[in-house]
Amino acid sequence: MSAVLAIDPTETGEFIAEPYQPEGATVIDCNVERIFYGDFLAVRDSTVPVEKNKITAFIGPSGCGKSTVLRSLNRMNDLIPVFRFQGRVDYHGQDIYAKDVDPVVVRRYIGMVFQQPNPFSMSIYDNVAFGLKLNKFKGDYDEKVQTALERAALWKEVKDKLKNSGLSLSGGQQQRLCIARAIATEPDVLLMDEPCSALDPIATRQVEELMLELRERFTVGLVTHNMQQATRVGDTTAFFSVDISKGGRTGYLVEMGPTQAVFEDPKQDLTKEYVRGEFS
Amino acid sequence: MSEQASQATLGRAVLTEPRLRASVFEGRGLKSRLLTGFTWFLAALAALPLISVIYMLVAKGGARISWETLTALPPAAFEFGGGIGPAIVGTLVMVLIGSLISIPVGILAAIYLAEVAPSSRLAQVARFLAKVLTGFPSILAGVFVYAVLVISMRSYSAIAGGISLAVLMLPTVILTAEEALKQVPQRMKDAAYGMGCTRAQVIGKVTLPTATPGIITGVLLAVAGASGESAPLLFTALFSSYYISGLEGLAEPTASLSILIYNFSGMPYDNQIELAWTASLVLVLMVLALNILARVLGRRKA
Repeated sequence: MSAVLAIDPTETGEFIAEPYQPEGATVIDCNVERIFYGDFLAVRDSTVPVEKNKITAFIGPSGCGKSTVLRSLNRMNDLIPVFRFQGRVDYHGQDIYAKDVDPVVVRRYIGMVFQQPNPFSMSIYDNVAFGLKLNKFKGDYDEKVQTALERAALWKEVKDKLKNSGLSLSGGQQQRLCIARAIATEPDVLLMDEPCSALDPIATRQVEELMLELRERFTVGLVTHNMQQATRVGDTTAFFSVDISKGGRTGYLVEMGPTQAVFEDPKQDLTKEYVRGEFS
Repeated sequence: MSEQASQATLGRAVLTEPRLRASVFEGRGLKSRLLTGFTWFLAALAALPLISVIYMLVAKGGARISWETLTALPPAAFEFGGGIGPAIVGTLVMVLIGSLISIPVGILAAIYLAEVAPSSRLAQVARFLAKVLTGFPSILAGVFVYAVLVISMRSYSAIAGGISLAVLMLPTVILTAEEALKQVPQRMKDAAYGMGCTRAQVIGKVTLPTATPGIITGVLLAVAGASGESAPLLFTALFSSYYISGLEGLAEPTASLSILIYNFSGMPYDNQIELAWTASLVLVLMVLALNILARVLGRRKA
């Protein structure tokens, strides 16, 4: 609790993190003013720029809103009827929350990998080709499927059983299949919501190596519960915390910067305590 | 382990040797055995009616099964031979009409109930009514269609029979399809939305295909149930001694296995009574085949 008091209050009495000024180009400029679920204020005042060809890691304790913010970046939260977003999310300069924007189209540019591996109940090949068919791709499906599976480091394991069900694979393989499915259409940005939380350490390492390779072609937003994972793969890190002082559970950005700076020389006491593992 | 065990029994073990062997007439064991036997007996008893019915049908109806019986027209009063051809075709045609109506309507309604607006007022009312309709006396479905269709068309017909079967099949199709659709995990649908699917695409490309084995099971059970119905057909299709002749024939009285059984079993002629037994056997085999098909397709997972 003392850490919360140690934070400098702003004029309104609420802490607002200093905005992170990225050096490189950004793909998404996320400016959350407030996110509500019904009357419940879930996240407030968080500015998170996502840089091109970098992995932006979102860390923080449970309930801090890091997943909510990530899922706001491709309007996945729109599926929750009571969700309300105030602020802007500029994707290449266009606000994806503008009235005339179709969330379905947004999601074709900004793909998503989920916490639980969720392949479709169809063959491995059809899983990967799903997005291509959806986008009415005309061309060599076999080649696209193979490329996606190779990039997802799964090709060697499945090349002889592409007709088998995606659900017949192990958990780690399923997650890599989901990554292959997401990258087959070459989205601009890949959002990953705790992609390794259901995986064992070996599969986790494979997926992490994969992320580092994907970074060269895609921009990645990664929510993780695992601080080591953030240090291993994150280029920049956004640390969120949850404010319970007013009885609610409102998440907010505490600090954002290059991963090394956030972990080795955090500016906020709260960040310092969290990265030292004093609470989670 | 042995150390722990010896510690646990320390004090008593020294005084008496532990008795570990099971004794048949000891209270607890005896009770358990009796109850197991009792449930075994009741399970066997529950299967007895079906087994004896099938045994009787095979014994009494099996003898007349032949290509001639399966295809020939039913005999007149004192005739020998003859068959149940028109009744088999009539049953198949009317079940087909019922399926053509109830399967698309039922699946689309189930999509509304499970996916489009599950907690809307309309969905709640429709779901409740479908549940009420599952316990609907089948004869009332016949009376209803009689009042609406047979009177206005001025004729009993295969169409009216098929529609009355559709009324009875509809709730089963709706409720089982809804259940199958609800079994599709949310994360699979989330994945589809995440790929940039519209709601229609999520339903058409992911939810519906994933739920298909379950939907087929429900549909086939509804079809099997409808094949054996007789009460609604009595008011709607009546009976005929001839095959359905072309499309116009659908508007005329039509034979069915269940009504043939009902008619022939009450006649004082051995030939007709034998054919009624054979028709019963054919009907049971049809229903049995559909049930087995439903189980096989339902078990198959993609």
